[in-house]
Amino acid sequence: MFWTDLDRMGWNWDPYREMRRLRRQMNRLMDGYSVRRAGEFPAVNVWASADKMILTSELPGMNTDDLDISIQGNSLTLKGTRQPDEYKEGDVFHRQERLSGSFSRTLQLPFEVDAAKAKACLERGVLQLTLPRSEKEKPKKISVKSES
Amino acid sequence: MANIEIQKCEAKPVEKVESPAGEMERTQDKVTFIPRSDIYEREDALVVVADMPGVDEKSVDIHVERKVLTITGRVPADEFEGHRLAYAEYEAGDFERSFNLSDEVDIDKIEATVKQGVLRLVLPKAEAALPKKIAVKAG
Repeated sequence: MFWTDLDRMGWNWDPYREMRRLRRQMNRLMDGYSVRRAGEFPAVNVWASADKMILTSELPGMNTDDLDISIQGNSLTLKGTRQPDEYKEGDVFHRQERLSGSFSRTLQLPFEVDAAKAKACLERGVLQLTLPRSEKEKPKKISVKSES
Repeated sequence: MANIEIQKCEAKPVEKVESPAGEMERTQDKVTFIPRSDIYEREDALVVVADMPGVDEKSVDIHVERKVLTITGRVPADEFEGHRLAYAEYEAGDFERSFNLSDEVDIDKIEATVKQGVLRLVLPKAEAALPKKIAVKAG
């Protein structure tokens, strides 16, 4: 790769252009390896603010009926079953990379959640959970008065 | 123990996708994933099922060029106002994958559907490639 380029360099060789090109090629190479790690399923991302938490998870192909979300105190349980595609008898597999089956995962939350106000939605295969912090656990501000 | 009911999500802006023209460079610094896919063959068709969470019918593009089928899905980055990403186990990104098609696929009849972030492609086999039964006549 490098040696063949030497001929083309000539006098107008711009090392920065070469570096950009190299970086681009490296990026393309790395793209192929961006297969996700296997680990706990489903993988979750947590977004936090002072009074609530938003939890997102990728659950492609799951319907609301296949999913069960429950909260007890500060623990959240995601349970569900991922149905396989509607295969017929006689279908011959060339590739099978998608996983199906049951899963259950319990997460410990950093605070107690007001379960009555918690919201969940599932769209485009992405679950989004909004978990507000329970009123009694919210931090209280204590104002400081000056003693005179 | 409280169960949470799952509802419909609020509408979110979706990035429109256009067919990539050759080797275009991305303007955004986003990761591109290879969607996990199942491929199976039926008597009259090939079926490709790809997991593309975050993709809907508007943000997916399928095109065939010189017998190469490319599927592309754009996923808008998650962002919640006033929140910061406290813990991350996955990264949301675009999807792209190419497959080589054999001559037996009828390109004009390819059908694609997206449901709950799963893309399903049915690639019917061309008439000429279907198995035929030849009746034997008594001579």
